[in-house]
Amino acid sequence: MNEATQYNLKLERLGYHQFRTMERHPTNYLCKGVSTGTTILAVKFNGGVIIGSDSRASVGGSYVSSKVINKLIQIHDKIFCCIAGSLADAQAVTKMAKFQLSFHSIQMDSPPLVKAAASVLKELCYSNREDLEAGFITAGWDKKRGPQVYTVSMGGMLLSQPFTIGGSGSTYIYGYVDAKYKPDMSREECLQFATNALALAIGRDNVSGGVAHLVVITEGGVEHVVVPGEKLPKFHDE
Amino acid sequence: MCCLVTARVRRLRCSCSSSIRDAAHVAHGVRNGNDSLTPLAQTTIMAVEFDGGVVIGADSRTTTGAYIANRVTDKLTPIHERIFCCRSGSAADTQAISDAVTYQLGFHSIELDEPPLVQTAANLFREMCYRYREELMAGIIVAGWDKRRGGQVYTVPVGGMLTRQPVSVGGSGSSYIYGYVDSNYRAHMSKEECLQFTAQALSLAMERDGSSGGVVRLAVISEHGVERRVVAGNQLPSFSAI
Repeated sequence: MNEATQYNLKLERLGYHQFRTMERHPTNYLCKGVSTGTTILAVKFNGGVIIGSDSRASVGGSYVSSKVINKLIQIHDKIFCCIAGSLADAQAVTKMAKFQLSFHSIQMDSPPLVKAAASVLKELCYSNREDLEAGFITAGWDKKRGPQVYTVSMGGMLLSQPFTIGGSGSTYIYGYVDAKYKPDMSREECLQFATNALALAIGRDNVSGGVAHLVVITEGGVEHVVVPGEKLPKFHDE
Repeated sequence: MCCLVTARVRRLRCSCSSSIRDAAHVAHGVRNGNDSLTPLAQTTIMAVEFDGGVVIGADSRTTTGAYIANRVTDKLTPIHERIFCCRSGSAADTQAISDAVTYQLGFHSIELDEPPLVQTAANLFREMCYRYREELMAGIIVAGWDKRRGGQVYTVPVGGMLTRQPVSVGGSGSSYIYGYVDSNYRAHMSKEECLQFTAQALSLAMERDGSSGGVVRLAVISEHGVERRVVAGNQLPSFSAI
């Protein structure tokens, strides 16, 4: 029995139903995915990754419960993940993953691989896929493979990609990112690409908004860039 | 033709007791969402205005559930000599509506003894789509050229709203290209730039949307007439980074 299961059983015994969702969103299966209320993305560039998201949390699509929530969670020094779906589920899972990853890192006496972090999230999402409604994008830098981007979908699939987008707002920018992404961009180009993509998605999706949070992860460290709403790029009809 | 359509629909409405109305509502919901056997043009359609005319485009796939009933559909339907409509939604509904509007517009044009305005055609579509909004599932883009206002694009989405836009996309595949269209559209593009823009946007949508595919059909409507083009699958611009 692995650590996660042992920990879960202990919590169950103590009365914490940590991996049961608080509320179930009525899902319209005709909509694209169950992800609600966000736009998240991660892009690899020459020497690092950029992971970004909007900052809006909404309840039922009609009330903005937070304008400045940070959806970029640092699960280790150079590994970040961003969350889509039920915020409650996502917070519970990332808390669990942070604990497991730090334990693993101490045991191995070295920083964890990005793939290990993604696998931990995947394991949690897959084992509890009946109860959870959260998808993740994991991105980071490690010494073995350099910059990497992984996506863990809502059912628990793990996939490595050069870039990935997620959340309800991502629907509107599939065409844009397909057309504009180039491998081996520079840091500035990649920052512009990510900012534009977020701005376009925020412009069309009513449950994405606020500021654009971007984190640039390279060998040298982690840099947090925040682009407030009025400084986001504007397009022809604004 | 339009009298037949309206009479049938009127009969539907008058005969509704509350239970039948509920049944009709359920049936409507079933037909709209869950009935996989209705031929649907879940599609990608687009129209762009430029100085001197409009460029319209559509994919060519019609599906009944998972089966592609027609892989070379022509969703660009002529309504009048220089007015076209792009159809999305239920294939049957949009065909019936465009037949009815073609008849009405032809009659109107004969009475006026001059070519009809694009705005008139758009209003006829809107009139029908709004009046019978409960029974219909149709998203239509009306585009054309007339002497008074030049090239115009009007969009009549599901529900029956009417609005004029310089560029409009519609259909299931349109969600994926809002970002691309927002970032790449510029006012005062030339005809060739518009054609390129439309073909690229439609290719991107077809790449991501399972209900859109086949060939890209384009048409340019201007003072000089209508010029039609087809871009076959292997000639489409490809954007595969992953």
